[in-house]
This record gives sequence, structure tokens and C-alpha cells, in this order.
Amino acid sequence: MNWVNITLQGILLGGLYALFAVGLALVFGVMRMVNLAHGDLGILAAFIALALVQSAHFGLLWASLLTIALMFGIGYVLQRGLLNFTLGTDDTRPIVVTFGLSIIIQNGLLLGFTADSRGLDAGAVETASIHISNQLAIGWYPLLVFIAAVAIITAVQLFLNRTKLGRAFRATSDDREAAELMGIDNRHIYALAMAVALVTVAIGGIALAIRTTFDPTTGPFNLLFAFEAVIMGGMGSIWGTLMGGIVLGVAQVLGAQVFGAGWGILCGHAVFLLVLALRPSGFFARTVTT
Amino acid sequence: MSASSSLDAGDRVAAGRGPSIPAFRVARSKRMHLYVLIVCVIIVAVLASVPLWSQVGTSRTLVTLFGLVALAQMWNLLGGFAGLISVGQQAYIGIGAYGLWLLADEFHLHPFVAVIGAAALAALVALPIAPLLFRLRGGYFAIGTWVFAEITRIVVSNIQATGGGSGITIISAARIPFETRIPGTYWVGLTVAVGSVLIVYFLLRSKIGLGLTAIRDNDLAAQSSGVNVFRSKLIVYVIAAFGCGAMGAVVALNLLFIQPSASFDITWTAFAIFIVVIGGFGSIEGPLIGAVIFFALQQTLSQHGQTYMLLLGAIAVVMATVAPRGIWGLVVARWDLHLFPVRRGLVMQSPPERAEPASAGEADAAADAS
Repeated sequence: MNWVNITLQGILLGGLYALFAVGLALVFGVMRMVNLAHGDLGILAAFIALALVQSAHFGLLWASLLTIALMFGIGYVLQRGLLNFTLGTDDTRPIVVTFGLSIIIQNGLLLGFTADSRGLDAGAVETASIHISNQLAIGWYPLLVFIAAVAIITAVQLFLNRTKLGRAFRATSDDREAAELMGIDNRHIYALAMAVALVTVAIGGIALAIRTTFDPTTGPFNLLFAFEAVIMGGMGSIWGTLMGGIVLGVAQVLGAQVFGAGWGILCGHAVFLLVLALRPSGFFARTVTT
Repeated sequence: MSASSSLDAGDRVAAGRGPSIPAFRVARSKRMHLYVLIVCVIIVAVLASVPLWSQVGTSRTLVTLFGLVALAQMWNLLGGFAGLISVGQQAYIGIGAYGLWLLADEFHLHPFVAVIGAAALAALVALPIAPLLFRLRGGYFAIGTWVFAEITRIVVSNIQATGGGSGITIISAARIPFETRIPGTYWVGLTVAVGSVLIVYFLLRSKIGLGLTAIRDNDLAAQSSGVNVFRSKLIVYVIAAFGCGAMGAVVALNLLFIQPSASFDITWTAFAIFIVVIGGFGSIEGPLIGAVIFFALQQTLSQHGQTYMLLLGAIAVVMATVAPRGIWGLVVARWDLHLFPVRRGLVMQSPPERAEPASAGEADAAADAS
């Protein structure tokens, strides 16, 4: 059945969006900051991996692992060295600064890599598929990305719920000052949260780069998709990002099928607006934001 | 800009004062503001005369500056005064540009008149969208505006009548004789720029303006003090859409050609943020200073493309981190100077135990002596 096939593709695409969304939700959850450069940082990771593969002749796996480690460091330094100073009384400063970062990353990448579309080659796995019936086939690669997304969300959720550090994350999220009084160093916690977020978005960026082509201006689109997944899933809910991502993915793929290729993304946006109008707290709202 | 609106009331307070209470009055305007008004009128008059004696290129370049002034004032009205950080004002710029085409080429309005209609169209679109976006806060509101801008861009790109993604020429405007079109566009642009300043000025002096300051600082506290937060934000959002729509129409009139990727470009918002962050957040003076600085940078550096944008981004990041109130904020912190009388302040009629106000130098000397 064709429609089942298409819906399945949409669900699997949702996994990719969740990979971008989970970091955005984590950073917002811990420090009430929305990182407008989130999508661009994912694309930055893709370009780093590309550079490692092409110039340093790393295998894709090693290049990816190195990129992920590097993004962890970038996240920590970025938060500790810059973004922490914008947090506090004024809501507007982190927005302006991360928007500025987004412009810096995009134009830096344009200077370094030109506006050409690129792709990462993962070999045979990109085209291999599981044959279920004559009409129904699942691509191995989208399935792997989806499994990765589920694994990462599970890991983040377990980390938040079960570890000592995760408890510190939640404490800081609940009450910044009280956590500080209990001996938690918020600056360090924020920096770690950003580092973890950039690890997840690096995986998302590399997954996107293998799936499709990308260029330095691809970042903002992924920020918007991630944002829609977070809002639809329900702010503060890590699992919600997967649900939101799936809804968005299905809406886009079905929209493209029904109305034509140019309208798929618009259908995703329309479903987002619909959810915002009818259920503004999302599917699994956990925290009330003030 | 009345420079003496509250002088009478102040005098009455002063007249009824007791012997030991220092006389003061609550006033927005000072004598200085009369001079500021005169200087502003002279500047606008000189600017208005430019097409009469300058070259065509100068007029067209200055229209770009007027667009930037209007854009920055509108962005600052949202972000600096109402705490609504938008990264999606390009939606209304694009609607203004395409609205101009619609009203002028399809409905045969005169292009100069159609600018107002295009702005009204942008405001009309903003009205139902605002309540939806207001469900989001802070950074998520910002991305929400961006999503809406993307929606408008995709929709317009897919409309065949406007040439889709490849754009269209505004024929009715192009047919206006050259010697009318250039000065006409210039004066429309100047009107939009001056109008944007005046709208912000009068809005801030109104009751809404007082409420806005409260909302920006803490909207929950403002709400419980009786400020209608939703209504105030809605008014500001719709006005900003109107202003950006007018600005988009002026830019379209100046270029005579519109294209979704240019009209609905996020770069417009990047420019607005840069201007306001450099010039000064939450003031009328800041965006004006920022627009002039940005305009100068654009004229000299924009051919460097990506390096130029990289530089803009870096300056914005540094300024927002180190001096979040911008250049004008530094001026205010140093000299407490406010060129536009939108703030209420206490004005001492005379220092305690002195009948006549003394000059600052005398007062210091007296303090030293005692």
C-alpha cells in the first residue's frame, strides 16, 4: 500500500527532526535559553565531518566520532565563554547573540566551503532497504537514523532521571538560585547542557548530511523544523520532541505527495500552526514556562 | 513634538508649594526639547529638498537609508519597547512589496498611494497571526515569527501570477516618468521614515507607551497592575507590520523589481537587529544612530559580501554582550541625555533653601564652601 509506505517514510523522517529538536529542548529546559544558531551548529558539524573525510582522509565513522567530540568541546566553550554572560535579567540578549552567531556560522561556512551543495557518502547503506511486500519497503538508512534518535532520546532521558549530574540539570532548571545555594555551579551545568545539546545536534547534522545534500544556509530550516517539533511535542518533554518530529515528518511527506513537491514543507508549517492554535501546550507538556 | 506641554501643570504645582518642601514638577519636556524639535525640522526640511538639487543616484541611495530607519524603528518598537523579539519582520516587508504590485498593477492604484494600501495589507495579515504567535514566548516567539515569514515566502514563491520564485517587475511604477518617479519615491520614502519615528514617539507618549515599558520589564507584573498586555502587544505588533509593509513597498518602488528570495529575506531582520543593537535598544535615538552607522558601513563594505556579513554578526554579538544598550545607551549612561521627550522625570523648580535655580558651577561652588 502506497500510503502506508509514505506515512512510514514520514515517521522515519521524524526521527531526524527529533535529533535536531532534542538539543533545542534540552538547552531551553535547563537554562530557559533558545539557541537560534542551533540549526547552523548542526550544519557546522556536518561540514567539520566533511572536511575530516575529504582533507584528512578519515573514514566516515571516525570522522563522525571526532566531530561529535569536537562539538562537545565547542558547546562547552561557547556557553562558558560567551552565552553564559548573556543570561540573566534580559530575555532579549541571548536571542540577539545566538542570532548573530547564526549569521557568523553561515557566512563563515560560505567563505570556507562556498555555497555549493555537499553530501556525505555512507556507501551502500544509503540505498539498501528491507523488502516487506511488493509495495512496502523500509530504507535501512532512515530506519537507522530513527533508531539512533530513539536511542539518544532514551539516553538523555535516563541521564536526566537517573544520574547525579542529571539531577543537577533538573535542579538548575527548577530553580536556578536554590540550586546554586546547594552547591551546584550553574555556569558549569549550563556549559555541560550546551555541550550535550551540540553532541545531539552534531549527530543530527551528520545524519542529515548523509541523507540529503546540504549547504551553509541549510541550518535555519532545521532550526525551524526542530522548533516545530519541540512546540508540538510539548515544551519540557524530551520524548515529546520525537512525537513532534514524527507529526512534522508525516505532514511534510504526505503534503508533498498530495499537493506536489513544493508544498510539503508548507504543509508541515500549516500543521504546526494548527497545533499551536488548538493545543498550544503541545502533546506532552511537562513544564509551565514563565 | 510639543516642547512645553506640561509646563503649565508644573507651574501650578510649584505655586502651591510649602516653605520647606523643594518644588518639583513631573515633566517630560524640557527647554532643550524645543531646540531638538527645531533641529529635527531643519534636518527633515534639508532632506526633503535633496531631489531638487542632487543627482538621481543620491536620491535612490538615500531611499535605502529611509527604509533602514523605518525598519529599525519598527523592530525596536517590538523588541526594545514591547519585549517582542521578532526575526520574521521580512514577512511584512515582503507582503508590502507584493502588496504594492497587487494594488498598483492589478487594481490600478497610483503606486505612491498604493504604498499606504500595501502597508495596510501587511497590518491586516498581522492581525490574525499575532494572537497565534503570542502563545509563544521569548526565543520561541522569535522562531515562531520566522516560521510565519517562511510560510509567506513559500506561498508567494508558489503563486504563478507573480512569476513565482523568479520575481516580477512593477510595471505601473516603471511607467511613471523618470522625473516624477525619482523625487516621488524619495518623498514617499522620507515620509515613511519620518512617519516611523513619529508613530513610535506618539505611541510612547500615550498610555500604551507607559504600559509597554511595564510589559518589557515584567509582563506578569504589568498585567496585575492593570495593563492590558495582550491588547498593547497586539497594537504594537500590528503597527510594526504596517511600518515594515510600508518600508517593503518603498524598497520595491525604488527597485521596481520584486522577488520572493529578496523581499522575504531574513537578512532584512539581520540588518534591523544589527542597527538597533549598535545604535541602542529601547530608545528612539538608538535606531537612528544605528541606521546611519549601518548605512555608512553598507556603502563602503557591502561589496565584500560574506566577510561583511561576518563582521556585522561579530559586532552584534560583541555589542549585545558588552554594551547591550548600544551606543545611545552609553550616551545616556554618561550624560543622561534624552533627545525625545518620552520619559517622565522630576524637574526641580529650585534647589532646597535657594530661591533661584543656580547654574551647575555655582551650585558646586556652594557645596564646596559649606
